[in-house]
Amino acid sequence: MLAALGEEAKVLAGGQSLIPLMKLRLARPSALVDLGHVPEAAYIERKDGHLRIGAMTRHAAIEESAEAARIPILHDCAAGIADAQVRNMGTIGGSVAEADPHGDWAPVLLALGAEVECLGKSGARTVRMSEFIRDAFTTVLGPADLVREIRVPMPAARSAGAYIAFKRCAPVYPTASAAVQVTMEDEDFCRDARVVLGCVGLTPVVAAEAAAALRGQAITPHAIERAADAAMAAADPQPDVRGSVDYKRLLVRVLVRRALLAALARARGEHVEVSHEYVGR
Amino acid sequence: MSADNARVRVRITVNGALREVEIEPRRLLVEFLRDDLDLTGTHIGCDTTFCGACTVLLNGKNVKSCTVLAVQADGGEVTTVEGLEQDGKLDAVQEAFAECHGLQCGYCTPGFLMSTRALLARTPHPSDAQIRKGIAGNTCRCTGYQNIFKAIRTAAGGAGK
Repeated sequence: MLAALGEEAKVLAGGQSLIPLMKLRLARPSALVDLGHVPEAAYIERKDGHLRIGAMTRHAAIEESAEAARIPILHDCAAGIADAQVRNMGTIGGSVAEADPHGDWAPVLLALGAEVECLGKSGARTVRMSEFIRDAFTTVLGPADLVREIRVPMPAARSAGAYIAFKRCAPVYPTASAAVQVTMEDEDFCRDARVVLGCVGLTPVVAAEAAAALRGQAITPHAIERAADAAMAAADPQPDVRGSVDYKRLLVRVLVRRALLAALARARGEHVEVSHEYVGR
Repeated sequence: MSADNARVRVRITVNGALREVEIEPRRLLVEFLRDDLDLTGTHIGCDTTFCGACTVLLNGKNVKSCTVLAVQADGGEVTTVEGLEQDGKLDAVQEAFAECHGLQCGYCTPGFLMSTRALLARTPHPSDAQIRKGIAGNTCRCTGYQNIFKAIRTAAGGAGK
């Protein structure tokens, strides 16, 4: 159907970004194909060591899912995207396919090593999240392709993550965000780590140096500071109404440190609640 | 679309009554409610998915009707502020907002009422943090929110201190 409608047709996967863009005439699709009437595209299930999330699963459904809660970083993200109204309509597949540099899901899914199952005329293919986003608002999807499913590998024992985003108020996109996933050998020794930053580059920034400061190391306060410093150095933000370059880089440093502390506490089995933070109400 | 003004038929149950209307596919849910059904209690505030004045319930969930196409609600159930009152009796949330004066100019109030309805359906006795999160998608430029919190606590059966 998408192929028949041509390149200017777009998929409506909730509309919480696309409809505002259309009102501003920043998007002028020739036709919309609404996936909201395909209820079987919304699901969360555990299968073959993966959590499989249907593309049309609303953020609110992930927020409320006991299955998704087994991977707390998913809850951190889902529970804080925009506000209740937007979470009731917006979908994970829509967010991933849009690839807005300020989107919340991409940094989290990169930290988790997730995959995206894409569906096109020639069938289904699975693309690693790290290869899925090519540029700002640009993915490997062709005009007649869809996201069908997000596949998150179930983290190993002693593996835990956290996502913290800072935004000025609930309905807006974050100023900066940090997704951290650590896999511990024991209480102190870190076997593996991933640090991914949102909003501070045209695509999510995989802070490899920050992860290297943790991987194969005993996690001391010094190692945490080194990782936060490395993440700050990796951030490449644009100055805008949300803040200057320096402000955003300092924000990244704080967010990474705090997300890391939350992830480490969770890896020890502690219950920690983090999510988006904003001033005001 | 072959023609820009091609119309489609939607069937949406609004406040318990099935409404069947031919609309342009581009029609927003809030336009459908206000202009086609004359249910003007739902307000358009910012029209940019920010302020929440247009909040209605779609299949029991609060959504911003300025950011939902009417065709997305096809086959669904919508409740607007006009649907809160039952048999001439105000809903508990409306009573509480009146009693606690949870409003000043009143423009944002329909949206707050609908978000509160959705919040209390999910969380009958919310903590202050849950109230804060529940209404974070609604903006009031008058009250400073104190009396709105009071009203929500009262509607939930707590002390409206």
